[in-house]
Amino acid sequence: MRRSGLARIPIIDIFLWVFRIGVIGVVLYGSFGTLRQGKYSGEVWIDFVVFGLSQGSVYALIALGYTMVYGILRMINFAHGEVFMSGAYVAYFAAAAFNAAGFLNRQPVIALLAVLGVAMLTSTGIALVVERIAYRPLRRAPRLVPLIAAIGASFFLQYTFRGFFGTGFQAYPGVNVLKGEWVLAGIGILRTQAVVIVGAVVMMLALYLFVQRTKTGTAMRAVSEDMEVAAMMGIDVDRIIVITFGVGAAAAGAAGVLYALVFPQVHFFMGFLPGIKAFTAAVLGGIGNIPGAMVGGLFLGIFESVGPTLFLEGLTVPGIYPAGIPAPYQLKDVIAFVMLVMVLIFRPSGILGERLATKKA
Amino acid sequence: MRHVRLLVALFVALLLAGGSYFVPSAPAAQTMGPVTDAIGVVKINKGQPITIAYWLVIAGPDATLGVDSRRGIEIAIDDAKGTLVGHPIRLIGEDSACNAEGGTTAATKLAANKAIVAAIGSSCSSEARPGAPILWKAGIVTVSPSNTAPVLTAPDRGPDYGGYMRTAHNDQVQGKVAAEFATRVLKVKKAATIHDGSPYAEGLANVFADVFTRLNGAGSVTSREAISPTDTDMRPVLTKIAAAKPELIYFPVFIAAGGFIARQAKEVSGLGAAVKLMSADGTFSPDFVKAAGDSVVGMYNSSPDLSPQALGPGYTVFLNKHKKKYGGNPLSAFHPHAYDAANLIFAAIRKVAKKDAQGNTYIGRQALRDALFATKGFKGLTGTLTCNQYGDCADPKIAVYQHTTADVTKWNPGTSPKKIYP
Repeated sequence: MRRSGLARIPIIDIFLWVFRIGVIGVVLYGSFGTLRQGKYSGEVWIDFVVFGLSQGSVYALIALGYTMVYGILRMINFAHGEVFMSGAYVAYFAAAAFNAAGFLNRQPVIALLAVLGVAMLTSTGIALVVERIAYRPLRRAPRLVPLIAAIGASFFLQYTFRGFFGTGFQAYPGVNVLKGEWVLAGIGILRTQAVVIVGAVVMMLALYLFVQRTKTGTAMRAVSEDMEVAAMMGIDVDRIIVITFGVGAAAAGAAGVLYALVFPQVHFFMGFLPGIKAFTAAVLGGIGNIPGAMVGGLFLGIFESVGPTLFLEGLTVPGIYPAGIPAPYQLKDVIAFVMLVMVLIFRPSGILGERLATKKA
Repeated sequence: MRHVRLLVALFVALLLAGGSYFVPSAPAAQTMGPVTDAIGVVKINKGQPITIAYWLVIAGPDATLGVDSRRGIEIAIDDAKGTLVGHPIRLIGEDSACNAEGGTTAATKLAANKAIVAAIGSSCSSEARPGAPILWKAGIVTVSPSNTAPVLTAPDRGPDYGGYMRTAHNDQVQGKVAAEFATRVLKVKKAATIHDGSPYAEGLANVFADVFTRLNGAGSVTSREAISPTDTDMRPVLTKIAAAKPELIYFPVFIAAGGFIARQAKEVSGLGAAVKLMSADGTFSPDFVKAAGDSVVGMYNSSPDLSPQALGPGYTVFLNKHKKKYGGNPLSAFHPHAYDAANLIFAAIRKVAKKDAQGNTYIGRQALRDALFATKGFKGLTGTLTCNQYGDCADPKIAVYQHTTADVTKWNPGTSPKKIYP
């Protein structure tokens, strides 16, 4: 059967092209408008980027857990945001006790490492229990079933914490050493943010080396390539899955403490939004891909911080908004999720590609 | 197979039929005992309790606001010796979560309860926007102790809000006091505002900005920004504000976001220590001191004036009762308004309630609403209350407080934070 030339171009493709060009046009027009106004100096833009980096490195640490579990089980662990929350919440009690005893300000490094340890242990413990009870019995079930179980586990954890510790929030104690800022090459950077960025980068590097260089890491990659063949080669698949959950959860627990250093309020619902954002970051970078999660997290953080001002401030709409979109920061989340849609349209498998999922997806 | 389907269909139909019982019926004229009313009558059998409901935020980060109001209601009930027109008073309530969804849920639950005579609430204006019409559709009049958004009692608010009134001040007043304080006392020439998109915060920020512009000339409000209530990273928006070098940031938001703004404003290099911070009654709580930490010291809060000079000796008596019952200082600023709201309702019920020969009581819903709106010269704890036709009843007295310590245990409105204006 012959089709005419026009019918061969699917309507959806035309729509997508128009959409892509439209969004790029709006972004360029808005950015150009903002920069032409010259309201913000170079230092302000650098500040925006630094704020974005610290927020993004926390997203990246959480995203690692999503991406590692997906790489091995092809499952989105939606309880991961709550694993993050539980680490931050339980570590709060350690931090508050250290603060009351004066230990936190006398030995800040040791105290913070101890708080970090408490958070990582708690998160790991909770993730392992969730894996054993909610996910392992469902391993052979259709894919949708463990997904629903994950959402259930997420609610269970949230409301357990609500039941134990109430609906109010707790304020993390501040560390005196981390007040103020350091000046690096002429750029002032807040000490908490510097610690968060460095901590997150160290942790991500360690994790990357663990997966690439150690025997367990090799086994992990083997399991993610093909679970059955890996089992035939003598790899204990259950053990590898437990380790994956544990390592991802430890990263989330550490992210919890780092997050609480910058945003010192913890409450039972605090894991929801960072969890969703980190999941977005994982998809952005290419889910299942560990460097992808890091890139996606940083990318998302910087976009959230720079985007509203850069794209919207100068986006004049004649007749409606002659001076640009007012109060652009309300649209921060919109920008983050529009970016997700855009990346999925341009590169459906994420920025760095869905590397581990080629065979099974 | 067909039988099963038929059974399922029947079962669903039965469930629907059962559910329709709980759907609040549209109000219609009703005659019961000695009372005829245009939108319905509540009958309270002899010896049965008379039900008053509250819908306030009693959980989550803003819980202090609602719990504070609930205590005002409870003390009003104690003062009435727990009885009203010969019936014991029963207080029930719902958490309304300080957002639109929570307000809708709470109001829907209350609207389904036909025993409720009147309601007290809500805490946050965002709850009242969708919630008040739901209650009024069920014929329940509600008096809010702490909603302050101008839009709720605006002349164009429409008949859906016909059963809504408040003993809290209108933010037309609070925003004006804040702007005057900033101009005359702080001698500030340039200010920026931040709101969180809720009707309360947006309304108040706009009133402040308008009055401030009138006092200091065009361009004196350098930027009007907005965030969302769940945001944690305020540094980008503060950095943006800093570019225009305002001397004051006015952020009438709620506790969680307010705490982040206060803390992070000290960290943004362009703002530094010189910029003055001012918030409003939504953050007037010890929980805000906890959320903001050390950065609260030196900050300003506008809030109802609770000093004995403003409220008179009646308030001192009230405070003693409060201390005896709950042990400690009030958690927020709207307990006297809640106390007055409860007493307004009690007075109106006494006026319209009618008894039959058996000792049963009948209250007409429209009659109760009209009696409440007809309130004139009511001597309450917060002043002399007179309601206008749009439901504004307050005798507003606004003060500005300054925080002197980050120690939550020292919370005692008037001395810590210290009242500095007027």
